[in-house]
Amino acid sequence: MSGKDVLIQVRDLEKHFDGGSIRALNGVSADIRRGEVVVVIGPSGSGKSTFLRCLNLLERPTGGAVVFDGVDITDPKVNIDLHRQKMGMVFQHFNLFPHMTILKNMTLAPMKLLKKSREEAEEKALTLLDRVGLRDRADAYPSQLSGGQKQRIAIVRALCMEPEVMLFDEPTSALDPEMVGEVLEVMKDLAHEGMTMVVVTHEMGFAREVGTRVIFMDGGIILEEDRPQELFAHPRSERLKTFLAKVL
Amino acid sequence: MGWTAWCEQLLIQAQGGSALGPWAELNKDFYQAFVQEGRWKMYLEGVGNTLKVAVLALILGVVLGLLVAMVRTFHDQRREERPGFLLGILNGICKVYTTVIRGTPMMVQLLIMAFVGFKSSRNLVGVAALAFGINSGAYVAEIIRGGLMSVDAGQMEAGRSLGLNYIQTMRHIIIPQAVKNILPALGNELITLLKETSIVTVIGLRDLTKAAQLVTSKTYGGFMALFGVALVYLAMVMVLSWLMGRLERRLRSSER
Ligand SMILES: Nc1ncnc2c1ncn2[C@@H]1O[C@H](COP(=O)(O)OP(=O)(O)O)[C@@H](O)[C@H]1O
Ligand SMILES: [Mg+2]
Repeated sequence: MSGKDVLIQVRDLEKHFDGGSIRALNGVSADIRRGEVVVVIGPSGSGKSTFLRCLNLLERPTGGAVVFDGVDITDPKVNIDLHRQKMGMVFQHFNLFPHMTILKNMTLAPMKLLKKSREEAEEKALTLLDRVGLRDRADAYPSQLSGGQKQRIAIVRALCMEPEVMLFDEPTSALDPEMVGEVLEVMKDLAHEGMTMVVVTHEMGFAREVGTRVIFMDGGIILEEDRPQELFAHPRSERLKTFLAKVL
Repeated sequence: MGWTAWCEQLLIQAQGGSALGPWAELNKDFYQAFVQEGRWKMYLEGVGNTLKVAVLALILGVVLGLLVAMVRTFHDQRREERPGFLLGILNGICKVYTTVIRGTPMMVQLLIMAFVGFKSSRNLVGVAALAFGINSGAYVAEIIRGGLMSVDAGQMEAGRSLGLNYIQTMRHIIIPQAVKNILPALGNELITLLKETSIVTVIGLRDLTKAAQLVTSKTYGGFMALFGVALVYLAMVMVLSWLMGRLERRLRSSER
């Protein structure tokens, strides 16, 4: 693959908390190419969330660089808000805006940032709601939805900004088991459409089915990475073997 | 014979040493406390001063509180993103302000303001309003800050991850949610403020409480005047709580 296909280039990423006493990331490097679905796995506390949150600078790295679309966004002079518009993020706890209707949740950012008219923004939102089968909930408030519905809304809310990459931090971990499937379906559709995705998850089935690459993190570094079939079939490190034995 | 004339007569009888029946006694006390020599005008003036101090202090308190809360919240939330020397200094000043004001008695602050700060000022309402406003600002700041902090951190992250900047996220996402937590506490603060203003008597301002004191000392006793002003305070507080309740309900119904 040629270098220009790389959408996010992560170089020697470090994140230390509390003045260095907590080392969440200890030199992580990775290239995320357009159209890739990178699945990040690893035990709790291994730095997966921190890694993901450093990609859009919700967490400011203490070392290294994140180059997004050719721009080093860790440079303090860069206007990060502009770049975040192109990086959608989905959280474990949905983080919908409880004081707004679903439609308002979805149209706020496009209207403020992409300067779309209300009609344009709502049309786009309704089309996306249709796709996830929730058009009839457009005027509902988040508190009136189930967890699975909330997470599907959170995904399409991010899609309303027409991002170039979607970041997912354990999107199904807070859901009741019977709702995991509906959310994974939406994510799989997205992957099949060619969306670039970075997904932190414990859903190994998802990784196997749509992941183009799996990254195994432990102790704040990438311990192994490979295509899912390879990684799951031939884990090299003891840590990965132990981890897989627990989750598979 | 009219009620006024009857009460005048009762007064003379009482001065003459004759015992009155309980009903007659009550009427005489009431007359003496509120009607005789146009005393009700003193209460009216008192209520006026009390309200002036409370309203001016409220305005000053909310403005100060907002500014301080903004500096403190901005500093705490954006330290990592935009560290700034100036912001650090401002934050330090705000911290000292809230600590000192909340750590010393209101009475002492008022006395300092009146007898050290503005020793020669004759505008007692202004001095009192300033003292109460500065005091209230510290509490309002903490109320607003607490309200903003009580909104789940995920809300700020969700707003920022969409590309909204800090101000936009605050305005459209955080503040509308915080207001629901802030308003009831702010209402309480306002009620406390209104009642607390009764201590302005120590600097000689003729507020509602002072009116009762003056009348009581002039008429040698009688609890009528004190009970009367207590009732007026109670009425003002009840009107305030009713207004706050309406405002809260209005907000809630427009949101959901
Ligand atoms: N805001 C924070 N302050 C201090 N330590 C943190 C913070 N966020 C994460 N950490 C620490 O960093 C390490 C990695 O955390 P995280 O990235 O959340 O792991 P994971 O998502 O893999 O469970 C953990 O030890 C965690 O306690
Ligand atoms: Mg995590």
